[in-house]
Amino acid sequence: MFQRLISLEWKSFFRSASLGKSLGLKILMGFLALYFVTIFLFFGVGLYPIIKEYFPEEDPLLFVNNYVLVWLLAELAYRFLLQTLPVLDIKPFMVMPIKKRKLINFVLVKSIFSFFNFLPLLIIIPFGIFNLYKQTHPDISIIAWMIALTFLTLSVNYANFIIKKRFTENLKALIPVLVLIIALFLLDYFDIFKVGLWFGSALDQIIESPYLAVIPVLLFIGLFKWNQKNLEGKFYLDASLKEQTKNADTKEFLWTKKFGDIAPYLQQDLKLIWRNKRPKTTIYMSFLLLGYGMFFYPQDSYQNMPWFFVFVGVFITGIFMINFGQFIPAWDAKYYSLIMSQNIPLKKYLTAKAALMTFSVIILVILATPYVYFGWNIFFLNIVCAIYNIGINIPLLLYAGSFNRKSIDLDKSPFMNYQGTGATQWLVSIPLMVVPVLFFWLFNKYVSYESGMIFLLSLGILGMFFRASAINFISQVYKRNKYSMLEGFRQKGD
Amino acid sequence: MITATNLTKVYKGSTVLNIDHLDIPEGQSFGLVGNNGAGKTTFFSLLLDLIQPTTGNIFNNEITVNQSEEWKPFTSSFIDESFLIGYLTPEEYFYFIGELRQQNKADVDVLLEKFEEFFNGEILNKRKYLRDFSKGNQKKVGIVAALIGNPKVVILDEPFANLDPTTQIRLKKTIKELTATRDTTILISSHDLIHITEVCERIVLLNHGLVEKDLITSAATLQELEAYFSKDEFVEQS
Repeated sequence: MFQRLISLEWKSFFRSASLGKSLGLKILMGFLALYFVTIFLFFGVGLYPIIKEYFPEEDPLLFVNNYVLVWLLAELAYRFLLQTLPVLDIKPFMVMPIKKRKLINFVLVKSIFSFFNFLPLLIIIPFGIFNLYKQTHPDISIIAWMIALTFLTLSVNYANFIIKKRFTENLKALIPVLVLIIALFLLDYFDIFKVGLWFGSALDQIIESPYLAVIPVLLFIGLFKWNQKNLEGKFYLDASLKEQTKNADTKEFLWTKKFGDIAPYLQQDLKLIWRNKRPKTTIYMSFLLLGYGMFFYPQDSYQNMPWFFVFVGVFITGIFMINFGQFIPAWDAKYYSLIMSQNIPLKKYLTAKAALMTFSVIILVILATPYVYFGWNIFFLNIVCAIYNIGINIPLLLYAGSFNRKSIDLDKSPFMNYQGTGATQWLVSIPLMVVPVLFFWLFNKYVSYESGMIFLLSLGILGMFFRASAINFISQVYKRNKYSMLEGFRQKGD
Repeated sequence: MITATNLTKVYKGSTVLNIDHLDIPEGQSFGLVGNNGAGKTTFFSLLLDLIQPTTGNIFNNEITVNQSEEWKPFTSSFIDESFLIGYLTPEEYFYFIGELRQQNKADVDVLLEKFEEFFNGEILNKRKYLRDFSKGNQKKVGIVAALIGNPKVVILDEPFANLDPTTQIRLKKTIKELTATRDTTILISSHDLIHITEVCERIVLLNHGLVEKDLITSAATLQELEAYFSKDEFVEQS
């Protein structure tokens, strides 16, 4: 049975409509994976010598034990953000003569082969082998330790599923957990109660008495069973339907009426953003990334390279514009045939999208005013960047949108979500960010800081003047690409 | 009202639609029948300029549909769920379509009132998004939305499928009323031969992309169609 399920998975991967199209993305992800593998492997191999070098009198294995808890928590955190829940479309199997337990086990076992479980092994195994080779402890103890740590990371794997199931719908419920972790961290920091050391000494016991390695194994089995039970309870069609009984939100956004004939489109877009998870999250992310400047403005090392502040300025005032704009019109992919056959002139459609992005830039640049604390030059530069965004980058993003062919599932979280991402999204980021930085760098280097600002400012203003004709031109491109867009959007899958 | 000339659509070497000449006069209720893959949806998609013809043209009120967008203000359609916006409530969807067709809220409300019976109390004021409605109820919304703003051409792809019997009967009544005044040209496709012979004054039968029959509906039409579809050729295939 497992074999058959595996062959189905295999087919679903290779027969997915967009496999060929997203090959570039897959290769990129492959490189990224290779990069992490290399780093982890180097760290795993180098760990023993490094500890010997800097802490010669410590026993490396016992030393590492003290940091295992921190590592596990970090692992849980990045898994929570990045790892997706293992899924299997159960609907076709529900009425077939297959035991539920078997399907659930398949899903759960499948998740063991996740890349996230593979990475820690790259540290545990080389480090363990080093210890075996150096004869730091009895062989059996070290092997028991390796087993214990492997099962601890696997336990994190399953603990993450439980946490994710419970909290993704309701992020507020996470607050007590975070408070607890911060409290433990503070207790540790002020030497009141050393959780890390306590956990470390618990792990040290495994070295003393190797049979204790059975505890992490039991923990793993327990979590596995818990997941099994969780999933078994959800093995009904109405389990997924139940969540949808929420009352519909009927905000009208009547204030958009002021904007005349693009008002219905603006209302439409606001509802789109407000009622769907993925676009809604981009709003939260925009506010969060406003703080991006804090990484750069206070540091002296960046003061001599003001061109970098152009990048920061374009980024923080344009983050919503970029996140939203790069997927125009894929946001409307599900009903693109309606958009194309209804009485919707493309020009108005695009003008409304441009207006929405313009608002976002204005709001973000206003929210960014506190950065004036780091100097007026930064304050003015941010305004210039905002105007550049409005004048140049918005039409640019709209133009790039005409190359979008991939539909977007509005209800999925945007974290590590590459659905709808194609070469367009990567290519457009170059003119978006690099061009203004380059211009500014040239002017700043050969003329002055002010001249660079004035140049970007005039480009932005020029762009605003020609927006109408730019949109005219872009709508022609959309019209030309209409059929291939419609065809692309009709295909499902990522 | 609608004229197709020399119209063909070829997908990867196989011709899915090939219509020499088809003329649909204004105010006609036009029915399209044929087995799966006969080219019904392809024809409607071409008419709405959602796909490009391989050769030939379609004119909607003398406007070439793939060259100008001027046909959009007087043409409305419901082909499938991709014509619905899932995250809107039915009311919002109707008002949105209304705004696109220069109808204010009051105009739309007047129209919706007429369809109260059709909705059977399952659509309005439910505080539910369209994506959470059943297929049949979604279809009701799509059909009614296609009638907003007094369109001169209405295109409905398989409007009877997924509807409950009561609604099917009400839909037939609606279509008949619509064509009674001879202002609206209505194009529908269906697998239900009884329904379509009842509401359409003309029926075109497509088979593998070709116009096989072009009939003015009479008492004998239903029998003729049934005889055609129960031919051995089809029995063997299925």
